[in-house]
Amino acid sequence: MCNRCSLSALLLLFSASLFSQTLDKPPLRWGGDAEGGAPYSFPDPRDPSKIIGYEVDLVAALAAEMNRQPEFVQNQWDGLVPGLQRGNYDIIVSGLEITLDRQQEISFSDPYYITFEQLTVRQETDDIHSLADCSGKTVGTLKFSLADRILHAQPNVDVRSYEGDVTVYEDLANRRLDAVLMDHPIAIYYGKPKTKLKLVGAPISRMQYGIGVRKEDSDLLAEVNRALKSISDEGKLREILDRWGLWNDLMAQHLHDNRPATVPASEYEAYLKTIKVSRKPEERLRQYLGYLPLLGKGAVITVELSIVSMFWAVVIGLLVTLVRLYLPRPISKIAVLYVEIMRGTPLLLQLFFIFYGLPNVGIKLAPFLAAVIGLGLNYAAYEAELYRAGIQSIPHTQMEAALALGMTRAQAVRHIILPQAVRFVIPPVTNDFIALLKDSSLVSVITMVELTKVYGQLAATYYDYFGIGILAAAMYLLIGLPFVRLSRLAERHFNYQGRTPVKAPAN
Amino acid sequence: MNGNHSFVSVRDLHKSFHGHQVLKGVNLHVESHELTVIIGPSGGGKSTFLRCINCLEIFDQGTVVVGDIQLERSSRQSRLDRAFYDTARRLRNSVGMVFQSFNLFPHLTALENITKAPVVVKNTPKKEAEEQAMALLEKVGLSSHAHYYPFQLSGGQQQRAAIARALAMSPQVMLYDEPTSALDPGLVEEVLAVMRKLNEEGMTQIVVTHRMQFAREVAHKMAYFDDGQIVEVSVPERMFTSPADERTKRFLKRFL
Repeated sequence: MCNRCSLSALLLLFSASLFSQTLDKPPLRWGGDAEGGAPYSFPDPRDPSKIIGYEVDLVAALAAEMNRQPEFVQNQWDGLVPGLQRGNYDIIVSGLEITLDRQQEISFSDPYYITFEQLTVRQETDDIHSLADCSGKTVGTLKFSLADRILHAQPNVDVRSYEGDVTVYEDLANRRLDAVLMDHPIAIYYGKPKTKLKLVGAPISRMQYGIGVRKEDSDLLAEVNRALKSISDEGKLREILDRWGLWNDLMAQHLHDNRPATVPASEYEAYLKTIKVSRKPEERLRQYLGYLPLLGKGAVITVELSIVSMFWAVVIGLLVTLVRLYLPRPISKIAVLYVEIMRGTPLLLQLFFIFYGLPNVGIKLAPFLAAVIGLGLNYAAYEAELYRAGIQSIPHTQMEAALALGMTRAQAVRHIILPQAVRFVIPPVTNDFIALLKDSSLVSVITMVELTKVYGQLAATYYDYFGIGILAAAMYLLIGLPFVRLSRLAERHFNYQGRTPVKAPAN
Repeated sequence: MNGNHSFVSVRDLHKSFHGHQVLKGVNLHVESHELTVIIGPSGGGKSTFLRCINCLEIFDQGTVVVGDIQLERSSRQSRLDRAFYDTARRLRNSVGMVFQSFNLFPHLTALENITKAPVVVKNTPKKEAEEQAMALLEKVGLSSHAHYYPFQLSGGQQQRAAIARALAMSPQVMLYDEPTSALDPGLVEEVLAVMRKLNEEGMTQIVVTHRMQFAREVAHKMAYFDDGQIVEVSVPERMFTSPADERTKRFLKRFL
């Protein structure tokens, strides 16, 4: 009786929670690139599995205003707009400037942050104070950014466009660059803390960061703008920017807020502390050990992806070869065409096409599936060529002998030709697998977070491309080794010349 | 003696490669249980002739009959239909072929070389195929080498294994394309001995060879093949002592 009571109570509770869940709004999925670094969104140096940043705080405040749960979706920075259109997430919050070009593709909210471009030089440099002084100098910046366009419009400047923030300032410190022009937030997080560098000159240009929304989502856009207005009015936006040390004159004008700082720049101070700390060797070691779980997670993705992709490459490659070698002309030519197209175009382009292009014709694939298809189909072309070489290295008299015994061509291929070709093909196929293992790092462009991407995120966070790089490289080597070993065994298995006779010769 | 050894009859066989006529209307009749030796200068088309009999080459025109299988193609028949290929396949299955360079499967042992085709083509149970293969290896004197790989066998042993491999498909006719030409002189006799043994058992055999001694001792008939045609057919004694054709005479002079 009592049991029954508790059971029905439980059921009631369960259905109630179900009910309340359906009432809840779906999570607010927001796209950003955690490799973009501080202060936007980046792995927390104290706990790299957590993403922090002023944009994380901003989205949290917006989502609370909208009664929704924020959910971060990692996406390569230069693929953020296609990712939005593909439906990977609802909004983009990733230091995306509001530009006319981008407004052709997507809608922008009101600006949530206004900033400018900042020149940074080495301490000893005293002849660069403005853009005009950059004439004849080598200047670094970030690819596809406003600064990039400004520099290209300047006459006589040798522009170097980089993928990551950290590396630009490293190269400036290492004298590969004379100056760096970057968004001010990046300059104060990556340039200013370096004792060798200094920020110089007046603010250059003006840029507004907006939240990207799909053109058709006008309701969502209105809701985002409403939420943004209310957190601005309530001073929450100001507080976030103060904490991250990002409040500036442009924002003061924009929000008509001329008060001094409302709260201390606690997040900026915390950030400076983590990067300035000089650690003892054992502390450093403990820190590296702390990265292992995250790198390990990336490595698991890399291994899964590589094995599944290679499996399909090996199978499809075999089919392609058989079609090419043994089927009549019009069909065999299709196999030739396949190989030429797959080998003749970059894997990166194929990945972009499959992930961002195919949705145009209604095929929307999950990142892992798209990655497997991209890598698998690409490598299948290479495997097909290896098999072809292997099969053609078998003398044609073997085929004749099999046919003379009454085998069909298919039986001859299956039982006589392929078993002999396998031996020649194993070493180069293993080689390809190792290559695929490394090429799998390309899939970070379609939002997969594998080993190299984790390395990039951690390195950008900790300012350390060296130690973490060695760690990640060691992991690639460790992953590859068992497969090299396996292939040696397989090679031995198929090498009949190494075998000894079972019985001693008669006489 | 085995009863199902058929006669072979070839009529008006033509074959060209890229406009070059290799067979110019070949006629040959071989009685069942007989061993026929074909001699003639190299490049005369002997190999092509053999390869046409078991359809490794598809002839352009003519008729090949083995027992109750008849494969025919007229000069007007440019496209080949399914029925032709079916018949060609049946024909091939009733003809065994031994190559000059043995062509054993290097990745298989002698035993596996012999069992492969019966298991794959005829679905013979593996065990049965192995028993049969052991009997064949015994016949060609290789039972102690069943588990050797081809590269572990001498040329003579390889060729004997190749003969056993062909016999495993129970052919009605055996064709040999210069079976001893690739062998060291000391290894020739062991291969010829196997062919002698098969001859005693009544196997129909057609042998392209330059071994005149063997022809003289074993052949029921000899054919002289030159320039895409069979010039002369007769019993060995007459062929060697009084050949009818001038070309035969000139050719044989070099060997005697």
